Amino acid sequence: MIRARGLGRSFGATRVLRDLDLDVAERDFLLVTGPNGSGKSTLLGLCAGLLAPTAGELEVAVERGRIGYLAHEPLVYLELTALENLDLYGRLYRIPERRERSGMLLERFGLWEARHQRVAAYSRGMTQRLALCRALLHEPDLLLLDEPFAALDEAGAAVLDAELAELAGERTLVLATHEPERVAALATRRLALA
Amino acid sequence: MSTWLRNNSAVTLAAVAAVLLLGGLVLAFTWVPNAPLEGFRQRIFYIHVPVALTAYACFGWAAWKALRLLWTRDQRYDLESYTAVHMGVIFGVLTLVTGSIWARTSWGVWWSWGERQLVLFLVLFLFYSAYFMLRYSVEPGPRRASMSAVYALFGVALIPVSFLAIRLAEGLIHPVVFDRDVGENLAGSQLLTFLVCLGGTIALAAALYVNELTGKRIDARLGELREALE
Amino acid sequence: MTYLADVGALARKDLLLELRSRDTLPAMLLFVVSTLVVFNFSLPADASPRAAYGLLWVAIVFTAILGLTRAFAAEREQRVLDGLVLAPCDRSAIWLGKGIAVLAFLALAEVVALPAFALFFQPVTWELVAGVALANVGLAAVGTLLAAMAAASRARELLLPLLFLPLVIPIVVGGVGASIADDPGRYLAFLVLYDVIFAILSWASFEYVVTE
Repeated sequence: MIRARGLGRSFGATRVLRDLDLDVAERDFLLVTGPNGSGKSTLLGLCAGLLAPTAGELEVAVERGRIGYLAHEPLVYLELTALENLDLYGRLYRIPERRERSGMLLERFGLWEARHQRVAAYSRGMTQRLALCRALLHEPDLLLLDEPFAALDEAGAAVLDAELAELAGERTLVLATHEPERVAALATRRLALA
Repeated sequence: MSTWLRNNSAVTLAAVAAVLLLGGLVLAFTWVPNAPLEGFRQRIFYIHVPVALTAYACFGWAAWKALRLLWTRDQRYDLESYTAVHMGVIFGVLTLVTGSIWARTSWGVWWSWGERQLVLFLVLFLFYSAYFMLRYSVEPGPRRASMSAVYALFGVALIPVSFLAIRLAEGLIHPVVFDRDVGENLAGSQLLTFLVCLGGTIALAAALYVNELTGKRIDARLGELREALE
Repeated sequence: MTYLADVGALARKDLLLELRSRDTLPAMLLFVVSTLVVFNFSLPADASPRAAYGLLWVAIVFTAILGLTRAFAAEREQRVLDGLVLAPCDRSAIWLGKGIAVLAFLALAEVVALPAFALFFQPVTWELVAGVALANVGLAAVGTLLAAMAAASRARELLLPLLFLPLVIPIVVGGVGASIADDPGRYLAFLVLYDVIFAILSWASFEYVVTE
């Protein structure tokens, strides 16, 4: 599903990723670890198609609309409500029953009561949970998660644990974290970036 | 033979340019007869117009390379497009300078808004200067290359549209258009001299282009090698 | 027709955002009226009455710049643009949706500016209104694309006017011509030409500005 050969990415003069070979098969769970600045986010950005490689090649055999991406930033509009944000993404991703799906996800992540509040009023944990809803909204075949446990409280983390346990083996996952113990059991592959 | 030519293209072009330009200037200032209206001063036409046409050619070349970049996403074209824009701006400034000198010797003013070519080049100079501002304020990488390419394409679309606008503006703002010997009836010796000068300026632009491009490519390669050793 | 649905969803989103935050449009309205007032003090007493039309177009262009500087502000702050770019919809739909919103704001600003202009300076003719309408399309089309470019750069607010002004010189010529020339039809036709060329160019190249 994902195939990289000699993959490299530089930002100006700074080389963040160099000479990376990678193979991720369908339904794999790739756990990416490494200290800050090692290129975890960059690798996920490349897999999502937001960044282009500056060296080597990368093949992601998933079309754009089937990728779910959780970035460092939540990628939601602060001045819209949770429901409005998910409605917009639901339309853009052509989800057939977006209302139901949004509602279900909001409830699962404990945001149902706050669904009509502007995201600007949310706590960091709530925003992160909304971002997860956004990433999962269209039931992606490939899920790219960049430090998903960051900013989540225990309750939120528990929901995410359950969600990941469900998805592992069903979908392809790539998860970057610097706390790998949490999901180590589910991972089928590991990649440590220096 | 062809390898030698490829390796020494900058030098060859420079030699060709030197020959053509020197020859062209000699012809322009000695051989060609005086222009009926303006007299001796008109001879700067043989520098001014070739330089202007060369600038257009550079911008066109930059747009072509930009199109290739967007089409193939091959980053190699970014440097080529950028260098061509650089050449275009150099020759554009030369156009403005020679045009200003011509205006001064013809009518005693350093600038005339009635001079369409001059005004057009001023607009283009502003446009392509902003190109460099764009490049300086975005981090080097594929994104900067794409944006520069799109901007370069807008540039060539702007050339005819601006020219049309300037012509339309004459009806509103600056009705005074000076009389001038423009090259409508270039005959015999005039045409030959003009073409020699034009060949010279294009060769010069090509020589500078190849020179700068090679230099930048070497820099990039050096940077790559340095990184590979780290 | 999902393309139009996408455009609709995106344009609605932009209008909704402005309704909530109410920062761009009031600023544009105030700016354009303030500029007109400044013009009164900058025009000498014996200036031709037609000079005022020229200044109106300057005011419109700079008000457009003010609005465009904010155009991608919401996307930029949260990098939401990445979220939109990742969606399976055509990227040009983002341009069109945003462009429609910019057009709406510009038109609303002019709904205030033109009567103010008529009150302070010179009468407003139908040709002027037509010129403004056509110019809006060009300003929004080119401006939205350039705003996206500027949003990706370090110098944002500084960069947009530099990129924008040379490209809109033809619009100013067309607009002023429509306002004061004897045969405004020529200038209006020119504005149509500009709009067609640059709208198509912007529509086709937006994809390359927001992706790598």
